[in-house]
Formats: sequence, C-alpha cells, structure tokens
Amino acid sequence: MRAPAHLTDRIPLTTAYRLHSGLATRLAAILRDVRFLAFASQAVFVAAALAVGGWLVSNLLHALEALGLNLSFGFLQRTAGFVIGQGPAMERTDSFLRAYTVGLANSLQVIVVGLVLASLLGLLAGISLLSGNWLLRTVIRAYVEVMRNTPLLVQLFFLYFAVILQLPSLADRVVLGPVILSQRGVWLPRLIPSEGFNLWIGLATAGVLTGLVLYFRRVARRLRTGEETRPFVWAVGSLLIIVAAGWVLAGGRPITVEYARLEGLRMVGGTRLTPEFAGILFGLVLYTGAFIADIVRAGLLAVPHGQLEAARAIGLSELQVLRFVILPQALRVIVPPLTNQYLNLAKNSSLAIAVGFPDLYAVSKVIFSQSGQAVQTIAMMMFTYLVISLVISAVMNVINARLRIVER
Amino acid sequence: MSRRFRFVFLSVLALSMLIAACQPAEPVIVTQEVVVTQEVQVVTTQEVQVQVPVEFTMESARLQAVKDSGQLRCGVNSGVRGFGFLNEQSEFVGFDIDFCRALAAAIFNDPEAVEFRPLTTPERFTALQTNEIDVLIRNTTWTFGRDVELGTDFGPTTFFDGQGMMVRKDSGFSSLDDMGGATICLQTGTTTELNLADAFNSRGLTYETLLFDTPEDTYKTYDEGRCDGATSDKSQLTGNRTGLATPADHVILPETMSKEPLGPVWAHGDQQWGDVVQWVVYGLIIAEEKGITSANVDQIVAGEIKDPEVARLLGLEGEFGALLGLAPDFMVNVIRTVGNYGEIYDRNLGPEGVDIPRAGTLNDLWTRGGLLYAPPWR
Repeated sequence: MRAPAHLTDRIPLTTAYRLHSGLATRLAAILRDVRFLAFASQAVFVAAALAVGGWLVSNLLHALEALGLNLSFGFLQRTAGFVIGQGPAMERTDSFLRAYTVGLANSLQVIVVGLVLASLLGLLAGISLLSGNWLLRTVIRAYVEVMRNTPLLVQLFFLYFAVILQLPSLADRVVLGPVILSQRGVWLPRLIPSEGFNLWIGLATAGVLTGLVLYFRRVARRLRTGEETRPFVWAVGSLLIIVAAGWVLAGGRPITVEYARLEGLRMVGGTRLTPEFAGILFGLVLYTGAFIADIVRAGLLAVPHGQLEAARAIGLSELQVLRFVILPQALRVIVPPLTNQYLNLAKNSSLAIAVGFPDLYAVSKVIFSQSGQAVQTIAMMMFTYLVISLVISAVMNVINARLRIVER
Repeated sequence: MSRRFRFVFLSVLALSMLIAACQPAEPVIVTQEVVVTQEVQVVTTQEVQVQVPVEFTMESARLQAVKDSGQLRCGVNSGVRGFGFLNEQSEFVGFDIDFCRALAAAIFNDPEAVEFRPLTTPERFTALQTNEIDVLIRNTTWTFGRDVELGTDFGPTTFFDGQGMMVRKDSGFSSLDDMGGATICLQTGTTTELNLADAFNSRGLTYETLLFDTPEDTYKTYDEGRCDGATSDKSQLTGNRTGLATPADHVILPETMSKEPLGPVWAHGDQQWGDVVQWVVYGLIIAEEKGITSANVDQIVAGEIKDPEVARLLGLEGEFGALLGLAPDFMVNVIRTVGNYGEIYDRNLGPEGVDIPRAGTLNDLWTRGGLLYAPPWR
C-alpha cells in the first residue's frame, strides 16, 4: 500500500522519516494482509502442535530411558511362554509375534463373519420394520430399541453369563439331531473328504461348468429365436446327472460325516463353535444389526413413493421393482451410515476380552504384560486397528462411488 | 509478484525465527566448562570424604514428594479377598492394603494418608513406570524379568505363595496328572499363564485356557462350570473360593506349580525410597519376632527396655529414623496403628479372614521354621 506519487511529492519529509514511515506502513500493511494473517496463524498452529507432540515424545523417551527401557521391537522374536486357547494353533515355545498374529486372525474372524451376519440381520430387520404385519413390526421395533439403547458391554456380559453359560454341562449336553449344545460349545457334524473325493469334486466342478454353459446358451437361444428353451431345467438337470454319476464313480462315499463324541473331558471331532466366539460374535451381530435395521428402514423410506407406483404401473414384478427401482436408490442413502456401523463393529470387537475370547486386544494385553513392552505393543495394536478400519472404509468408498448417481 | 514474494519471504522468516528460538545452541561455552571441572576436581579431592556420608543421609526425592503431597499413592488390588479387596463399605481391606497403611503410618503417623489406586494386572507395571504410584503392593511376584527388565525394584517378600489349581470336588481330579484336556480359567497378565503352560507341557498334557481381565469374571466363569479348573496363587484361590456359590464344593489340588514370592515393588532409580519401604517391612517382622504388638507397644516404650534391638527399633537408641528421613519413633507409630506382621496376617489371612494356615508354612517366622527373616536393626 504505497501512497500515490502525487501525495508524497507534496508533503515535504526528511529522508530518514520517509524511510521509517515507509517501512512502518509496509509492515502495518503486511500485518493487516488477510493472506499473511491466515498463513501466519496456521504456521503458528502447526509449530505449536509439533512442539506439544515433540514434548510428549521426548518426555516418554526420557521417562523410559530413566528406567532403562527402550522402544525396540526386538522383543517380538522372544519366546512367548503362554498358549492361546482358541484360533490357529500356538505352542508355548512360539514367539510373541506368532501370538500377535493368532490374536489378529481371531479378530478378523469375528469381524468378517460379524459384518456378514450383521448385514443380513439388519436387512431383514429393516424390512420388517416397514412390514404391514403389526406383530412382526412391533417385535422388531422392541428389539431395535433395546439393543440401541443399552451399552454393548452389558449386552455381552448378559449374553455370555446369563445365556450361553446357562446351557447344560457337557455331561448333560442337549442333542438336537446332529447338533450338540452345551456350555462348552456347540458342535456340528464335520464333512471329511475320503477316498475318491478328488475324482468326485473334479466331476462336480465339471457339472457346474456344464450347467452354466448350458444355461447361458439356452437363454441366448431364447432371446434369438423366441422359443421357450427352459434354460433352468436343462442346467439343473445336467448338473444333477453329472454329480450323481461322479458319486457312483467315486465308489459311493467321497465324503464322510464326522459327528462329535465325548472323550474324557472334551468332545472330539465335529466342528465346534466355542461359547466365547459365539458370545462376542452374536453380541456384536445383535447390537450392530439393530443399528443397520434402522439405517435400512430409513433408506427404503427415502425412495419417493411415486417411484414405486410408477415402477408397478409399467408392469415390473415385485422382485424387479426391488432390484431395479428401490434398491439402487435406497443404497445411496444406506451406504454412508452403513460404513460407520461396519467400522463400529470392527472396533467394538476389541470388547471380546470381556467374554474371554482371545482377540487382538486380549492377546496384545497378554503380550505387553508378559514382555513389559507396553508402548510398542499398544502402538502396534493401534496401527493394526487403523489398517482394519481403513480397509473397511476403502471398500465401502468404492461401493459408494459405484452407486453414485452418474450425472451427464 | 514482488508482493507475493515479500509476503512469503516474511512468513518464512517469522517461522524460521520461531524455530531458531526453540533451539538453545551455545557451543562456545562448552570448552570453558571442561576447564572448570578439571580445576574443581583438583581442589575437592580432600573434601569428597566429608561429603559422601552427608549424601547418604539425604532424603529420597520420592519421599520428599510424598511428604509434600501429604498422601502415599499405593497401587493395589481391589478384587482379591484377603489381600486387596474393596469391601461392601467401599473400604480397601487386606494384607497388602495394611502394608500400604504401615508405610503411610511410618511417613505421616497416619495410616489413613494413603490414596489407593486399584490397578489391573497388566496396568500395574506401567503405573509404576509412568510415576502414577509411589509403591505397588498388589500380590506381585518377584521374577528375574520384572526385576531386571521392567525398571522396577522388589522389596522383601511379605508372602511366600505358590500357584495351585482349584477344581470341583465331584470332578474326580486328585492331581494335575488327571487333568489332560481340561479347560482352565485364569486371569490374564500374570506369571500364572506361564507357569500353567510349563506345568502342563512338562506333564505332556493338553489343555485349553480361558483368559479374563479381572478376577471377578474369571471365578464367575469357573463357577458357572465353563472351566474344569481355575488356577492362580493358592492364597488367591483360597480367598476367591469364599466368593463362589458353594465354596465347600471346591478343593485346591495339592501340587504347587511355582514359587511366587509376593512383596512391595517400586520404580528403579531411587534407592533411598526403596530403603524406606524395605525397612518398614523388616521392622514389622522384627516387631513380631520381639513380641511387640499394637496393644503393648506404648507400654514397652514407656517402660524400661532390656533388649537393645527393641530400643533401636522403637527409636529410643540410635538415629535410624533420621537416616531414612523419617521420625525417630516411626516404627512405634506403625506398630501402634497397624500392628506387627503377625497381627496383619491374622487380621486378613487368619481364621477371621480368608483362613490360610500359617503355622509351620513358609510364611511363619524363621524362629518357628518359616522363611520370614529380617536383617538386624542396627
């Protein structure tokens, strides 16, 4: 902001004063400059944030140094000395790193199965909330309200201690056909491949491929010629014939069924769902499912009613109305809040320790108390949960982008 | 263009001045300092011998900090009956709790001047390392790794424990060897899970573990029958058995899977503070050995004392309190308000408490065949 030339010419000033005044006005002008102020205030804020962060870190390092500790991750290679009750096998002599991966695998199992089941439950419950059936609607509404308005930890304790552990003991186990229920877990029969399995599975795969090829060829022919080709009947028929032929060729028993039986203190064989896994899984599914139900209900209601009427008016079937009109529009509303619920489920899985399930958090806790390396272990754990959350977010963002309204 | 340049230049200048202001850099003086220290060393060689004993009587920094704050911060358990337990009246009671009170009585002549910090097992060492507590008295086992690696120091053992296994009477187990394939409930973050792995591995038995964060969840789950056994230090098993639905239905197997010396722990680096904790504990043991109790301590102080060690313990002879930075008669205050070791034991672990037999065990005085032994107070 220099004064116009004609003004400075008229006012007589000494050189020194003019210089001084020029500098002062320029400085004042810079200090009044909004861009400078914006930049400077942000610079000061960044510097202050860095200073506080640096002070915290140096404080930590000093405190650790004073106690003779350091921040190396070398302890991960040391022998863990403990075993983990569930998940991938772990020996006493395995390393802390192995223990950590076992915990991670257990967490991922809960998260992945939980996401699928919670989505299914949420979808069904969300549709039920809009149902014309008063009883169904009211029951589901009660479920949603109870789940949404009580703490998850309380629900987990209730589910584990008051429901699952109240099942009968192994000695008094409940046998429902092939399913065995007890407080030590739920056992289902396991399918075991036996002799001839490879031959049979090869033929079965061929059967599926043949069925698919037949189906698409006959659909194409129907479109081309207009005659009724019955693609579905042909596909299923060929599939069944080939699979049955394979069964006979493979000697009649390519798969045997193994039932669980009691041996000493434990059940042997079969597939087992442990009470702890069931506790955390169903706890998370019931809790998150209630939130998803309301999101689905809101998404379906967000589609204007006229769209539904218009779709019916042009003669689409109910399934087609849902598939081509309602869902594409509802999903746009549903996906962003659904992402939040998925992230919540992933993070809430760290409550598993409350019901004794050795997930990532529970195992990390054991690792840091056995190794004493709390800072590193917690940092690793935070990083791992961060990665899990970012992966979920990334996948959901891709889905969200695909569902976006394409504007021309 | 030039205005933009000037604006950026000035911003960068301001930022760099800010950064420069944060860096204390005075390299010139360093060389001078070297010269000074050399001169001092020559002059003070004779004085060193005078100053060293003075440094010994100096108080510990932590003791001063505790005195300034007016309270001792003691890390304790809140879920183990007999040792550290938050009772129905919201009071901390137990064997470990009484040692916290004894320390407070030694420092402040007030056994109530303690701030109890209930800690979970994994939290406890972090709390010491980060200076959240002054001393940790929370049934903590003294091990090589904890002593050397975690930056903590261990005091004299106040209770000699060992890991045991609690099972149902009707389970038919009479020893660990019967327990192949069993499911065991235990608390996470302790030496317990390591000892359990050792015990079962050395017997060639398979087992499953269920880990919980708190003793409450652990014993609740065991009580529901989810586990065939619950393992912990025998003292804790005895204490927690009283909290089960039907305590008489459960027994503790005879095997002892480990040595568990339990005692006070403090952060490494302040030996004088360690001395205070250590000698208060020893004082309590000596008091029992000499028959000084909360009931008779005042009479003994008032009367004529024949035993010189008793006179030294009670501050009537020597300057032992001053050496630690405490009152001369600090042990009188401790014994009057909290009692001697035997009284603490009987109150919490004796028949009135969780009933852990003492006579003839490791926790009896050395004069009666146990391991409790204090160095001489002189």
